Amino acid sequence: MTRHLLSAADLDAAGAREILDSAEQMDAIQNRLVKKLPALRGRTVVNLFFEDSTRTRSSFEIAGKWLSADVINVSAKGSSVSKGESLRDTALTVAALGVDALVIRHPSSGAVQRITEWVDCHVINAGDGTHEHPTQALLDAFSLRRRLGELAGRHIVIVGDLAHSRVARSNVLLLSTLGAQVTLVAPPTLMPAGVHAWNCTTSWDLDATLAGKVAGDVDAVMMLRVQRERMGGGSSSGRAANVGYFPTEREYAIGYGLSPARLELLPEHAPVLHPGPMNRGLEISSVAADSGRSLVLDQVRAGVAVRMAVLYHLLAGADEVEGALRAEPAGGAS
Amino acid sequence: MPSPATSAAGPPTFTAPAAPRRPVTPRSAGAKTVLQADDIARVLDRIAHQILEKTQGGTGVVLLGILTRGQPLAHRLADRIASFAGVRVGLGSLDITLYRDDLRTQASRPLGRTVEPEGGVDGKLVILVDDVLFSGRTVRAALDALTDLGRPRVVQLAVLVDRGHRELPIRADYVGKNLPTSAEEQVRVSLAETDGVDEVSIV
Repeated sequence: MTRHLLSAADLDAAGAREILDSAEQMDAIQNRLVKKLPALRGRTVVNLFFEDSTRTRSSFEIAGKWLSADVINVSAKGSSVSKGESLRDTALTVAALGVDALVIRHPSSGAVQRITEWVDCHVINAGDGTHEHPTQALLDAFSLRRRLGELAGRHIVIVGDLAHSRVARSNVLLLSTLGAQVTLVAPPTLMPAGVHAWNCTTSWDLDATLAGKVAGDVDAVMMLRVQRERMGGGSSSGRAANVGYFPTEREYAIGYGLSPARLELLPEHAPVLHPGPMNRGLEISSVAADSGRSLVLDQVRAGVAVRMAVLYHLLAGADEVEGALRAEPAGGAS
Repeated sequence: MPSPATSAAGPPTFTAPAAPRRPVTPRSAGAKTVLQADDIARVLDRIAHQILEKTQGGTGVVLLGILTRGQPLAHRLADRIASFAGVRVGLGSLDITLYRDDLRTQASRPLGRTVEPEGGVDGKLVILVDDVLFSGRTVRAALDALTDLGRPRVVQLAVLVDRGHRELPIRADYVGKNLPTSAEEQVRVSLAETDGVDEVSIV
């Protein structure tokens, strides 16, 4: 296991499977009366969030707490960041408190990677700009694996605002590591730059893809949110904030929304995923979001188990320094 | 959702883990066999009878096998109790990885699957089953893990081999064989379910 989790590419197939397998065991704790495991007792985890988040932050917080770590939340709003402190100073200050792991979300791609060059503790990327969100990819893979079984040879379609999506990049990396085939579907304006170098096929035609005419039968479809806040222009206040990416929201929904009719195009077994928060009526219809094939709430639940597994594998074992002092395992079982 | 270990229809089935967790050293390397397959079978027969005797017929008994090799042992004991007395005792397994006191000094380990017995452990007579009793630290961790599963009426301990050198105030209620060993020696338990053969040896 690597020291940090910055990218889904940090995990090879064996490492990814180990985390997903551990997450299966961690998930069992949700059925227990006492939701507490002692594995990270005495460890401190800081959630350092420079960008709004509800589900990722709270799920990291619950994951840390269920593993008995002490978890502290620091958000940019109301902290010294709003007083003009630099990223480096903020990171060094928080790390100087003696934390074992930083869970960081930042609006700029690469900011999390940069912070690893300044601090000594473990760093987990909880989303950096339009770059990566590895634990989201892990929980998507976890939910998919539960529904479909092993992912090798499966065909997953990812649809939506790919240009602004960190989830898409992490998912393509992780799913291809796990042996799945990925097709990305978006209007040309929302295709990420350099997508031709990614390990996936692309299409502009959602209907043809869902019907299996582009890259074969579909085993799952993942709808991504149209990220108005990253499209510049009139921010989230105006509904016409899409500045040239598509003509109107109505037209986007007609071309790329998961309508009830498109849901019918999918094979019986194929589930629908969405990392949330959903824009109902835009990228996903309520019929699709609330159908029995929707894994949206499974994904949220999986988030806690997967993040517990990530924290466990990064933090529970010996650090390299401690490893030098490590006692030989005692003979036989103890 | 963990599926229950036992079904009302028939005896539980045991699926062997993919690979033994302990590094396997060559069998020829000065290993001295202490118990062979038929010895182990007789020892388990006796422990099953002792459990029946000490628990007045096995009512309310739950066998919890500590992973990895305690699990097949618990299954074997449950099968024997069923054939000797016609009683189906509760059966589960306990992964204690997250409760170990040496988590910080070892590389992170893969997790095993804890299976809660049907009907839980509350108010039950829980017998922890393990292969070797050595320092007692595994049992301590198992007691902690058990606390998080519920509140048993009584907890007892059954082991195939007690090799001494305890580091904690823990003793077994049912012992297959007392093995005087030096601290440097290793006791290796192989079971058909996990290692393909039944054997206890000192390395």
